[in-house]
Amino acid sequence: MAEQPKTIEIEVLRYHPEKDKTPHTQVFEVPFTDDMSVLQGVQYIKDYLDGSLSFRWSCRMAICGSCGMMINGIPSLSCQTFLRDYYPARVRVEALAHFPIERDLVIGMEGFIEKLESIQPYIIPKEPRTPAQGEYLQTPEQLAKYEQFSSCINCLLCYAACPQFGLNPGFIGPAATALLHRYNVDSRDGAQAERMELINSEEGVFNCTAVGYCSEVCPKHVDPANAVNQNKTNSAADYFLRFLSPKGGAK
Amino acid sequence: MKRPLKRSNAPIFWALFGAGGMLSALFGPMLVFITGLAIPLGLLLPADTLSYSRVLAFVQHWIGKGFVFAVIALFLWHAAHRIFHSLHDIGIHAGVGAKLLCYGLALVGTVIAGYTLLAIGF
Ligand code: SF4
Ligand code: FES
Repeated sequence: MAEQPKTIEIEVLRYHPEKDKTPHTQVFEVPFTDDMSVLQGVQYIKDYLDGSLSFRWSCRMAICGSCGMMINGIPSLSCQTFLRDYYPARVRVEALAHFPIERDLVIGMEGFIEKLESIQPYIIPKEPRTPAQGEYLQTPEQLAKYEQFSSCINCLLCYAACPQFGLNPGFIGPAATALLHRYNVDSRDGAQAERMELINSEEGVFNCTAVGYCSEVCPKHVDPANAVNQNKTNSAADYFLRFLSPKGGAK
Repeated sequence: MKRPLKRSNAPIFWALFGAGGMLSALFGPMLVFITGLAIPLGLLLPADTLSYSRVLAFVQHWIGKGFVFAVIALFLWHAAHRIFHSLHDIGIHAGVGAKLLCYGLALVGTVIAGYTLLAIGF
């Protein structure tokens, strides 16, 4: 006799702005096997139970950063969170906290994309350079300074984890600060002063109250809290030392 | 499409907060022990450690003045900053009001401490 097939309940936050006034939850009964990720669970719902369920995903291997969701209230990549860790209890799946919901589990990313643009996430050379001059050389030490901060996959779990971003969406936030730091400490880059204006501003690092939850939820061990804290020190030094600098420093 | 950025003056408060935090971590527990436990319970220290004449002599010396001033003022700025941000965390965004109240109290405490220490004389 075959075993009775197991099922697990997945509670999903639904919101279709064209017909729903407010988000509401819906519970689905999904066949369960112990190798199933939460993402596979919601994919099952979409394929077999309700085709109108919307969510983002692509790689299924914690690389693309598009499948972030609140799973039982914790910001998580749904492709690397497994249903077996909740079974037989019900699992609650919601759109990432602190972001506007576009549809069901899909969040609006415009605010973050603007921040990403504003940090100029590319190398701005100290002086113009031609291909004839050959490639830049970097020592392992120079690489080590920024490598960890370059692993960000823009999954936004850290923003969903950050209570200060929740209170003030203007705060440039963990991932953007980590990426800003990644370029500022790169030996090839020469745009530190420009980027520091953002760090020093009212949208900058002093919104952070050193909660540290961002680094805890980060699936890529970027440790954005570390980047934010290093830049509090940098910014405070910049604030006081500009009075001593002969050029007058920044405004 | 660059937004106009306003430089935050947070580093001033953050620096005072940091200095106060460092000082309170170094001296806070010891001061609580001396003034709150050792002296009232008569433990370890001679009974007249905090007698009026000894304390007066301490704060009449410039090193003593400096120490007492730093402990009072920086502890206050540390507390003000912590309370201000905690208010924000629990959803009270009184903004300017809360800021004035928290940092204002620290400023008043600092001024009173400074004035009193100077008034005691050398
Ligand atoms: S810092 Fe980590 S949690 Fe934040 S977006 Fe990047 S990878 Fe995701
Ligand atoms: S689907 Fe790409 S990170 Fe989860």
